[in-house]
Amino acid sequence: MTLLDVTSLSVSIGAFQVLQDVSFHVDPGEIVAVTGESGSGKSMTALAILQLLPDLAEAKGYITLNGTQLLEQSEDGMCAIRGQSAGMVFQEPMTALNPVKTIGAQVMETILIHKAMPREQAEARAREVLDRVGLPEDRFPLSRYPHELSGGQRQRVVIAMAIALRPKLLIADEPTTALDVTTQAQILELLRDLVQDYGMGLLIITHDLAVVADLADRILVMRNGSVVESGHTVWLLRNMRHPYTRMLFEASNHQVALPQQPATAPLLEVRNAVRDYRTPRESLFCKPGTFRAVNDVSFTLNRGERLGLVGESGCGKSTLTRAILGLEPLQGGEIRLDGQPVTTHLKPASRRKVQVVFQDPYGSFNPRHKVERLVTEPFHTLPDPPTGAAHRDLIAETLTAVGLSPDDAQKYIHQFSGGQRQRIAIARALITRPELIIFDEAVSALDVSVRARILDLLAELCAAYALTYLFISHDLSVVRTITDRCLVMRHGEIVEQGETEAVFSNPQHPYTQQLIAAAPVLPDLDLGAA
Amino acid sequence: MLRYALKRLLSLILSLAVASLVIFLVVEVAPGDPASFMLGVNAQPDTIAALRAELGLDQGKLARYLSWAAGMLSGDFGTSYTYRTPVAGMIADRLWVSLPLALYALTLSTLIAFPAGIYAAARRGKPGDLAVMGATQLGVAMPNFWFAMMLVLIFAINLRWFGAGGFPGWDTGLWAGLHALTLPAIALALPQAAILTRVMRSALLDILGEDFMRTARAKGLSRRQALWRHGVRNALIPVLTIIGLQFSFLLAGAIIIEQVFYLPGLGRLVFQAISSRDLIVVESVVMLLVFAVITVNFLVDLAYALVDPRLRSRT
Amino acid sequence: MTRNLILGGLLSSLMLLAAAASFLWTPFDHAAMNIPAKLQTPNAQHWLGTDHFGRDLLSMIMVGARTSIAVALVAVGIGMGAGVPLGLAAAARKGSWLDEGIMRGNDLVFAFPSLVIAILITAVLGAGAVNAIIAIGIFNIPVFARITRGAALSLWEREFILAARVAGKGAARISAEHILPNVMNLLIVQGTIQFSLGILAEAGLSYVGLGAQPPTPSWGRMLADAQTMVSFAPHLALVPGLAIILTVLGLNLLGDGLRDHLDPKLRVARA
Repeated sequence: MTLLDVTSLSVSIGAFQVLQDVSFHVDPGEIVAVTGESGSGKSMTALAILQLLPDLAEAKGYITLNGTQLLEQSEDGMCAIRGQSAGMVFQEPMTALNPVKTIGAQVMETILIHKAMPREQAEARAREVLDRVGLPEDRFPLSRYPHELSGGQRQRVVIAMAIALRPKLLIADEPTTALDVTTQAQILELLRDLVQDYGMGLLIITHDLAVVADLADRILVMRNGSVVESGHTVWLLRNMRHPYTRMLFEASNHQVALPQQPATAPLLEVRNAVRDYRTPRESLFCKPGTFRAVNDVSFTLNRGERLGLVGESGCGKSTLTRAILGLEPLQGGEIRLDGQPVTTHLKPASRRKVQVVFQDPYGSFNPRHKVERLVTEPFHTLPDPPTGAAHRDLIAETLTAVGLSPDDAQKYIHQFSGGQRQRIAIARALITRPELIIFDEAVSALDVSVRARILDLLAELCAAYALTYLFISHDLSVVRTITDRCLVMRHGEIVEQGETEAVFSNPQHPYTQQLIAAAPVLPDLDLGAA
Repeated sequence: MLRYALKRLLSLILSLAVASLVIFLVVEVAPGDPASFMLGVNAQPDTIAALRAELGLDQGKLARYLSWAAGMLSGDFGTSYTYRTPVAGMIADRLWVSLPLALYALTLSTLIAFPAGIYAAARRGKPGDLAVMGATQLGVAMPNFWFAMMLVLIFAINLRWFGAGGFPGWDTGLWAGLHALTLPAIALALPQAAILTRVMRSALLDILGEDFMRTARAKGLSRRQALWRHGVRNALIPVLTIIGLQFSFLLAGAIIIEQVFYLPGLGRLVFQAISSRDLIVVESVVMLLVFAVITVNFLVDLAYALVDPRLRSRT
Repeated sequence: MTRNLILGGLLSSLMLLAAAASFLWTPFDHAAMNIPAKLQTPNAQHWLGTDHFGRDLLSMIMVGARTSIAVALVAVGIGMGAGVPLGLAAAARKGSWLDEGIMRGNDLVFAFPSLVIAILITAVLGAGAVNAIIAIGIFNIPVFARITRGAALSLWEREFILAARVAGKGAARISAEHILPNVMNLLIVQGTIQFSLGILAEAGLSYVGLGAQPPTPSWGRMLADAQTMVSFAPHLALVPGLAIILTVLGLNLLGDGLRDHLDPKLRVARA
């Protein structure tokens, strides 16, 4: 029997149609994945089921959970269903828990609010589900507060809250998107086990096709509020009848052809770099402690080389980047760029040799300046920046090189989409023709289709300008295609380095092996036949 | 927790030390010699010198600061230049009016603002919210001493429910004292309650947008349950900050309101002292007010730690 | 809401106009006594009535607006002029002794409510409008320093600031070029709020005799004079009181309206 049946679901906010005619179903013990890019309406679908839509949203159609028509329920009726018959897990574990209540109290609340059992039993049940999600009593007593747990552990608490009353349906909205790849693998494993043990239906929302392919029994591909294609995972991935599905699949595992470039003399040399942060004092009278974010890191980046730096969050890769950019001082070792030492007081002549592209396409630009002024900010390092026609021509040339129009120079940044902004960021990094460009998670915030196009652009720019870059990312598949050589970083140290292809196909260090094993991969399908 | 409290305590002591030094130095630059002022223009130089010695004015600045500060620590605020009586006694009498007044007003303001803020946040955008917000706009714009005059006009002169001013003293009974302080406390409290209501409301609305409120709703809590169980305590953090700040406004406001109601509080004392250039009284009253403000902020810091477990575990 | 903006703008400009007009024209000489016409309630000749010396209240209100505006405006100027650079400098050198010093200094000033500063200053220098300005101005400095630092700190973490640093720009230049323009909206909104608080503070100081001294007309002193007569001439208290309320209300609505108009996400301290 069908557990959840959604038929002709439409949601509108004011005049804006968020969802159109969405239909699907989830059976007990089945994992159904909804996937799509941002704005596809996948999260709205999840929220609509539990009637947790934003205030002004209006839902039409039929949502039947276990024979109950949800859209006809009163608010009180929905309160009785939420947490009891259907639990929900959200994307951001760091903020999903109330910071001033213990994890025990928050798990017990699910039970007590539904008056499912008396207090002592509820406490025992809370303990039991926390054990079940992998938070044993000796390390995670009920009296712990959320801020004492890591992101992955908090997500386990959220899952414990959602399954405390053994609901028939669990809805997980991007449950692993905010987590590191090794943690992601563990949480996905946990969800899979729970479905098996409890016979729950799981509706998982994710943008990550690789996660979907690995986990789901059935897939629903959404775009602009409508279902584009749906079907059993294996069948759907083999056939991919809709061009959008195919595009999404291709983009998720996009390969670019980097032009061959001879790696000549060393450009960036990092020797035994050490970066310490001060931690708050333990007590008033002792010395403040230190946290070693970068520990004895050494590597060389040759001119013409494209080097990758992979690692999970907190591994020190961002700190290392800032040190290379001369934004933060080192406590030991040295960094040399083109033979000159890098310090926080770089001379303009050295400063001009390195540029950077950051992750966040929305935070990378002063909203009050026009593109013309934004992309020419690095001119500050030039002894005689171009003026007049030469100035205009250079802006036009650079904007054209990154796939924008020269007219865009007169626009403000809010007039551009995320992908276009990232192109502008690349233009800004490119305009002074620096020796080295650092890409700091430069494609991580983008949708897969946009990301694929930016990767193509990088390959084109490599051909046109013979770029040398350091590409920092947590995303292994991206690093694999866009770099010649790569470094793997963990706890502030480089644990492995080598030719990218060699590192990925034959990892030596246990951590690298673990990382590669944990990363979900798309099944190898012959796209040409589709 | 203990470590956090000790750290705050140390910063309290430091603030007090610096504040006392600032007050001392400011008063020190005041033109004129208190001794010749006290004795009038016809005084003999040797009489003035004797008085200067008696008041300790002939010592060096540092020595005088130290003896002033040490005196205050032992409850000796010096001798009034005008009345030749210990300042400590004068202040103690007046403090028993001003402090209860400020606390009374703080209680009223909190009792009004909490329900009003929660009510408005729960009915965001609805008529009830708009009415509360409109009232707070008026409350914020109203000078409290003017409001006090209006209260006197309505409740003392026309309705005769309260006296128009004066204070019978606490020895006539707790009730009589509170009765006399009621109008002043309302006048002080309502404008502050308006501010606090707005803070409470906006803090709650901020919290309503937090992820954990959505988590709570997904567990099956109704909007109201989520607001009470998860919203209010988190909203307390910004609200406590404002309550701490308000105490200083209330103490200062009490000084002005005392003028409207002819209350024998610190305000009367300090204005008399200013007009008779009794600087040591001014100095002591100001130090006392600053001490009260700093202490209340210390208590607020401790209250943070009770509300927020993240502070408790941090050093 | 644009309604706030319009209503607030109207009320505030009404007060500005009244103050500006008073330099050219008032219905009567605000200082001219006319004992036979004393204590009149509002009528055709004296639109807002007369006081116990027969002076025209409307004229006094118009001239009194000058004092209120001047004191509050200069006090906001002092607060911004000193507070904003301090806040920018503290944010640019976050965690340094400079930052620490500025913030501790701020905390210290916060321990002195503006009335207490005024009491200290008056005790030393005597009462007067200038000393009221200094007292309110000093109190405004930490308000602006704190709000500037808070906003600037979050901006310093933004990637466009990192990009400017990579372009080799120094802290002072980044503060002027990138930080200040992006905290300007916030400062304008906070400025209107401090302006309205300044008007309230000036009224309070003048009421207790620490502010503007005779013959400078002031709303607060008009209220002090009215106090003994409130039982038989309530309009003497009502008129200046309403002038204060409408002005402060107007400025607050203007501030709220500007905040919603400029950026709905702005956070402004309302205390």
